[in-house]
Amino acid sequence: MKTRWLQVLKPIAPRTQLVFGSMSFVLPILLWCLVSYVPFVWHPQILITQPGSVEYLEPGMRMNRQAFEDEVADAGNDDKALPEGYPANPIYLPAPHEVAMALYTAFTTPPVSQDGQWLHQSLWHSIQIIFWGFVISSAIGVPLGVLCGTFGIFSRLNEPFIEFFRYLPAPAFGALAVAILGIYDGPKITIIVIGTLFQQVLIIANTTRKLDVALVEAALTLGTRNAKLLTRVVIPGILPDLYRDQRILLGWAWTYLIVAELIGTTSGITWFITLQARYQHFANVYAAIMMIGIIGLGIDMVLALLGRWLFPWDRSLAKTA
Amino acid sequence: MNQIVTPVSLGSYRDQTAEVRARFDRLKAREVILDVRNLCKLFGSGKKTTTALNDINFRTHRREFLCVVGPSGCGKSTLARILAGLEEQTSGEVLLTGKPVTGPGSDRGMVFQGYTLFPWLTVKKNVMFGLEVNGRGRHESEQQALQWLQLVGLEKFADAYPHQLSGGMKQRVAIVRALAIQPRILLMDEPFGALDAQTRCRMQAHLLEIWRKIDVTIVFITHDLEEAIFLADRILVLCAHPGEVQELIEVPVPRPRSAAQFISPTFLATKARLEELIHSKAHDEDDEEAETYSMVTRLTQVADNVE
Repeated sequence: MKTRWLQVLKPIAPRTQLVFGSMSFVLPILLWCLVSYVPFVWHPQILITQPGSVEYLEPGMRMNRQAFEDEVADAGNDDKALPEGYPANPIYLPAPHEVAMALYTAFTTPPVSQDGQWLHQSLWHSIQIIFWGFVISSAIGVPLGVLCGTFGIFSRLNEPFIEFFRYLPAPAFGALAVAILGIYDGPKITIIVIGTLFQQVLIIANTTRKLDVALVEAALTLGTRNAKLLTRVVIPGILPDLYRDQRILLGWAWTYLIVAELIGTTSGITWFITLQARYQHFANVYAAIMMIGIIGLGIDMVLALLGRWLFPWDRSLAKTA
Repeated sequence: MNQIVTPVSLGSYRDQTAEVRARFDRLKAREVILDVRNLCKLFGSGKKTTTALNDINFRTHRREFLCVVGPSGCGKSTLARILAGLEEQTSGEVLLTGKPVTGPGSDRGMVFQGYTLFPWLTVKKNVMFGLEVNGRGRHESEQQALQWLQLVGLEKFADAYPHQLSGGMKQRVAIVRALAIQPRILLMDEPFGALDAQTRCRMQAHLLEIWRKIDVTIVFITHDLEEAIFLADRILVLCAHPGEVQELIEVPVPRPRSAAQFISPTFLATKARLEELIHSKAHDEDDEEAETYSMVTRLTQVADNVE
């Protein structure tokens, strides 16, 4: 039977899901391999192996293909030794295997300077910044969001101002945060809080408003009052959606990480990345960037599994996660 | 709905056998539970005001089964919501055992068409919910919840979540959840409207069974006339635009009720009367609709007829 790939809003077979799911990673990596390993695809430069008679060339140097060919032609005309080399990509695009190696060696290479940090120390520092930023943001944002979603007066009192404030770019508060909180972790955490909190209040308020009002009415007719309505109906009713929101917002917090860590003294994974870029160890830079992706995705997958265990009644979670 | 073909005169829906009359006398001798006086409800303001309910008056006695029927837009649901305290009337009074209703309370239970079970609670905990928020202990609530579930034959599903149940089962849970806090009246707003015909029949029988066993007065909103006759002691017929009481019919069909009575003369006479009441008022609008149907152009071949 002919398989029909494109069917609107139809669930697809588990096998197909697996195939396409893996392809979403395999295809970009294949593309990267193609550009890196097939010499006639792109490779705009030549990596010199033998300088030959050309004085300014050294082994390991990269030069543009056109310039190299000119030098080869010149040397050929003069009957001198020809420079040799092979096609290469610019230094900022390392091949997959180099990055894979770097993923490993980055952890095994001791810090360059004495007061420097190992990669895992940098990563751990970054994770702590994210953690505290997100915890502080949630401690304010979640209750405020739920209150705004539940009671009209809270919504009117807070949301217009928050709508305004969320357009202010968080990094703009960097200098201010340093002036108030010093140069270490304080201002970094603050930037993540500013970047996350205002979206958080609005998103959670919206989620709360989507609660089926019939459930609240049913609870009312069962004699539920005031605070109990909030704790026994509204909060449990929105909890799976709230949890999903928090997962999305945590990803949001990660995107503010690099900017936050540049503020004051550069620290964490950002410090590692800037240092490696300065030495032109681009394989290490890619490795570090991937590390952030892997950690982020890893945490989200763990949270998704945890969500399924926490909310066995939730239908939409079972469908998407 | 099809017009009833009446081969012989059905007699009047007002004719009651001695037995039925005696039962109504007993019913009316019981104290008044619900007293609705001059109830009005307006929606909107200024020029756009619409009258949903206009001067509604009726009394319901303890352990009475009252059905409310009427065409769509007659304010049946609004009436139920006002009785439940979920909506406020514009004027008039609702008295429950003599005290005015000012908001939702545990003395009035409500069952909605959309089940409204709490999806995050198991069946048992759904039933326990009302008991717990009204200050009953966990252990006591659990015991009672299990008894209630037994009453509707769902004790095996005590630990299931609502999404694992069928529509009929969900509605049974919703009914015992409302009954568990022992309300004086149970308001039901088209509770079986979303169920298929067979399940609905079973649920009707089930509901009568529960009602027989428990000291509760039921106010049941429906648009299904047969359902109303099958269930009710009395039927409050409303008309639309504005919603007003047309008649309070005493159903002459004897109890206990069974499916066989659907073709009994008293049943058919009552149904004929209900249809007369509901369709006469809605006549104008029906005509309009009929006209638009006849306007449909023929799109099949001339010889290709289906009737």
